[in-house]
Amino acid sequence: MPKKPIKLPENIEYLSILDENAKVDKELEPKLSADDLKTMYRYMVLARRGDERMLNLQRQGRIGTFPQSSGHEAVSMGSVYALEKSDWHVPAYREFAGMLYRGWPLETMFLYWGGFEEGAVPPEGVNDLPICVPVGSQLLHAAGIGMAMRFKEEKKVVLTYFGDGSSSEGDFHEALNFASVFNAPVVFVCQNNQYAISVPLARQMKCETIAQRAVSYGMPGVKVDGNDVLAMYAATAAAVERARAGGGPTLIEGLTYRMTPHTTSDDPKRYRSEEEMKQWANKDSLIRFARYLEDKGVLDGDARKKLHEEIDEEIKAAVKRFEEQAQSEELLNPLRMFDYLYADTPPDLDEQREELKRFLAKKGKLPASEAGKEQAHTGRERG
Amino acid sequence: MAEMNMAKAINKALYEALERDERVVVLGEDVGADEGVFRITEGLLAKFGDKRVIDTPLAESGIIGTSIGMAIYGLRPVAEIQFAGFDYYAFHQIESHASRFRNRTRGRVTVPMVMRFPYGGGIRALEHHSESRETYYAHTPGLKIVVPSGPRNARALLHSAIQDPDPVVYYEPKAIYRAFKEEVPDTIETLPIGRAQVVREGREITLISYGASLRQVLEAAEMLEEEDGVKAEVVDLLSIVPMDTKTIVDSVRKTGRAVVVHEAPRNCGIAAEVVARINEHVFLYLEAPVARVTGYDVPIPYFSKEKAYLPDADRILDACRQTLSF
Ligand SMILES: Cc1ncc(C[n+]2csc(CCOP(=O)(O)OP(=O)(O)O)c2C)c(N)n1
Repeated sequence: MPKKPIKLPENIEYLSILDENAKVDKELEPKLSADDLKTMYRYMVLARRGDERMLNLQRQGRIGTFPQSSGHEAVSMGSVYALEKSDWHVPAYREFAGMLYRGWPLETMFLYWGGFEEGAVPPEGVNDLPICVPVGSQLLHAAGIGMAMRFKEEKKVVLTYFGDGSSSEGDFHEALNFASVFNAPVVFVCQNNQYAISVPLARQMKCETIAQRAVSYGMPGVKVDGNDVLAMYAATAAAVERARAGGGPTLIEGLTYRMTPHTTSDDPKRYRSEEEMKQWANKDSLIRFARYLEDKGVLDGDARKKLHEEIDEEIKAAVKRFEEQAQSEELLNPLRMFDYLYADTPPDLDEQREELKRFLAKKGKLPASEAGKEQAHTGRERG
Repeated sequence: MAEMNMAKAINKALYEALERDERVVVLGEDVGADEGVFRITEGLLAKFGDKRVIDTPLAESGIIGTSIGMAIYGLRPVAEIQFAGFDYYAFHQIESHASRFRNRTRGRVTVPMVMRFPYGGGIRALEHHSESRETYYAHTPGLKIVVPSGPRNARALLHSAIQDPDPVVYYEPKAIYRAFKEEVPDTIETLPIGRAQVVREGREITLISYGASLRQVLEAAEMLEEEDGVKAEVVDLLSIVPMDTKTIVDSVRKTGRAVVVHEAPRNCGIAAEVVARINEHVFLYLEAPVARVTGYDVPIPYFSKEKAYLPDADRILDACRQTLSF
């Protein structure tokens, strides 16, 4: 018998609509209204300026280590804009623009990186999971949410994110496989910024693209210019539409670059050249999008300036609210650590709460709201 | 002799092991060009090359699973998991395979490897970056687990772990990587795994701890002597499995009172095991119930409130006084 080639069902395409010189492909240009475009731009700028402000807060010790998101605005914003409010959004940790758009207040994001669990609480009515730190693990939750959407026969979609490095985790492969086998309405978006901390993508895999991973799980995959917010939107909108119509999951790879260190404690000079960083700075999604908006007559220089000022005011006000909350007795009350672990706190955990309370009282550090309710020690009886 | 901190001492041990034993390989996420996110592998790639100092793909199960294969095939892998909070991705490889091969092959197939897991709170880190879960490993038959508490024993224990014929979890107290310096001898030292050390002599009460918590325990012991005139003996376990029952019970037989301290949660924590051994061996010498000062049975709070969770000298002192006045 001669060997016969097996034809695989998918080709992998690369999609770019608005290039780094702000030239737009008129045929592929998505139909977005001026308001749509302004909204997208607004949240991208809010994320960029918010990220810069957070770096400031971190340097002053007001928040802790955090992963910066500058450079990732288009991957996040272009894709999330394809969702309806009733759809679900399952981020990793660089989807700052997308989370703000979905309704996470800035101060909640500051609280998260400021060391408060309260920063992980999805606001009322926002169908998002919080930031996920153990990389790739959230993809299985998204697959499960998608399976449950099918189970309930709803026409909803779940959009989830991961980094290029995270595609090496088993959870990534299991998530794609489950979503595909169960035809779940999931859109997987890879924020391919080409590095996992210091490790370049070539050390994660021998494949040319992340997108082609889709082929082995029997779903469509597409690679997109991740600094092109229009292309990210177009690719995601098509995937969302297919998923909503029962066509199953899609893998989208957005090629981008982190314009910052991995986190505030990283030193990228150890593994990236200045030259490379400069090159990518020229491909900044915000620069080309601003030019596109100007060319289209949607937002001119003056309007942009005004918008930036508004955004800076908004950030300032959010920092103030964050500081108030971060210094409030309520959020600083250490006894809160016991209050949310179970629906009904078991008695022995309650006793540990009392133990800490007695200790704080002894040290004069008991929050006023807790005072006067101490119970006596119940252990260590003499026979 | 040279003065160095724990980060440097662990780095030194890795360097020496790579130099003296060509079977040793170091692998993990960002251990090469980046020299580790805590810079523990500084200089190793430059000196030993990427055949022996390996930046792996981002996959903890991959790191531990392939280390098992390499160990079976005659290498001596020293695997770094970036933070102990991510070693659960590798847990099934550790539990189902690393810990079992020797037993299920009646000694024919063995897994001499070291797993370095930086653990613990107190450094204002992100979610999942501060936990202490040594009990999982202590509860897994077939594994050894050691926890250094200072530069000198860190270097010696790492050498012992690398030379050990079985898989060893080397639980690294990252909060004290750079907290203080100690003299570390030029010649290579080892410490027998399974041996505790009495690091402070006393007659009235025994304080037992390990890892990063030992600093707080020693501080409490000083305060107890200064403020109450009570001399506490302090036992540094160093090795959790095997546990040095003899050193513990010898001390408690002498003092009749004990407080066990760790930052891991209390329920089924290492302190529970220590208390059980004290009860089994020297129950009739006890003057008071043995106290535990531990983390609470909650996930270590995110860093705005982690201080209240971590045992500090004040909490330990308080427990000592209650034990002494029982
Ligand atoms: C399971 C797990 N292992 C290790 C880490 C530590 N860590 C945090 S981010 C990161 C790199 C992630 O790279 P990538 O997936 O490419 O995403 P990026 O950070 O570049 O957006 C690592 C190793 C983690 N958070 N989770």
